[in-house]
Amino acid sequence: MTKELRHRTFFVWFLVVALNHVWVPFAHAHVEQGQAVGFVTGLEHPWSGLDHILAMIAVGLWGAQLGNPAMWVLPITFPIMMSLGAMMGLLGIPVPGIEIGIAVSAILLGIMVLGEVRPKLIAAAVLVGFFAIFHGHAHGTELPAGQNGLLYSMGFVIATGCLHGIGIIIGLVHRWPAGRVALRGAGAFIAVMGVFFLWRAVA
Amino acid sequence: MLIAVIIPTVILRPSTAAAHLVTTGMGPVYDGIGHLVLTPEDLVPALALALYAGLRGTVPGRRALFFLPLAWLLGGFAGLGASGLPAFPLPALSFLILGVLIAADLRLPTNAFTILVVAIGLVHGFFNGIALKNGPGGLGLVGIMAALFVLVALVAAFVLSLKPPWTRIVVRVAGSWVAAMGMLMIGWFIRGQG
Repeated sequence: MTKELRHRTFFVWFLVVALNHVWVPFAHAHVEQGQAVGFVTGLEHPWSGLDHILAMIAVGLWGAQLGNPAMWVLPITFPIMMSLGAMMGLLGIPVPGIEIGIAVSAILLGIMVLGEVRPKLIAAAVLVGFFAIFHGHAHGTELPAGQNGLLYSMGFVIATGCLHGIGIIIGLVHRWPAGRVALRGAGAFIAVMGVFFLWRAVA
Repeated sequence: MLIAVIIPTVILRPSTAAAHLVTTGMGPVYDGIGHLVLTPEDLVPALALALYAGLRGTVPGRRALFFLPLAWLLGGFAGLGASGLPAFPLPALSFLILGVLIAADLRLPTNAFTILVVAIGLVHGFFNGIALKNGPGGLGLVGIMAALFVLVALVAAFVLSLKPPWTRIVVRVAGSWVAAMGMLMIGWFIRGQG
């Protein structure tokens, strides 16, 4: 087996295992009460909407396409700006068109991945950071009553980071020609889903 | 012969195992260790400080190793004598400051870093002292100090040992998460006040 084939085989199996770990249901070995519920709620929240999931994975995909330093600058920018948006939500500062903003983020990020668009790093970071505010605002206003704010925050920041990580790992396929095509296809899918979310938001 | 049997028998006689400490509890020192491990407001900044110390190198790592537990202990003793919590959640600031320092990989001069370590130790120790006043007290603070020493030693050494550039990036991403949590903690506080 050639080195290239070994790497590819390893990578495919790694993805299979990683995705299985992502999609495994909770064991619920211990019934969460009190503060533990806040952490779990926060952890689950980014997964609660396909629009969130696709946009955050798209950030990882685009970062992987752009390579260093964007590959880590974008996943650093997103959580910080998302928290700013969440803070605005907590303080009651309105951000108009939250659902539209989230849908547009999926459209634009999908287009970036589809077109392998390579803007300057600062432009990419501004784009990602701007839309992160919309995602964060949605999270920040949705803490269920009686749960711990810090643990909820920890949960959804960690879950968001993991989604970026999934995007980056998947995005590493761009090193192979077929992978680049697949990545662009994924970008197209995300953009189309973004249009669907936008239609649902305005209809 | 008899003495050779009796003496070891007396010395080696087992006492009550107390395997499950339902009636005795774990003791104040272990309660202190447990308090640190189970309190994210303290554990996360301690971890973040150890990560930052590891990123900065061996000298800052050693400074954090010794100054953080000592400052925490001193702050804790001050807290034991205090009444009432400060109005502003100062621990949230340590999340934000440390998170930004790690994410941006900012290089503080060693003395400035030491001052930061001492400040964080004093603040968190003070809050811990208030929390432990009616519980494990001073011995709990000793437990926390020991746990911090071990935590900083392990985490900072681990980060120092990381060689590939992408591993440092993973640490910086973790820092951005900590900064994000800090921002949210401040948001929760302001919302609660409003």
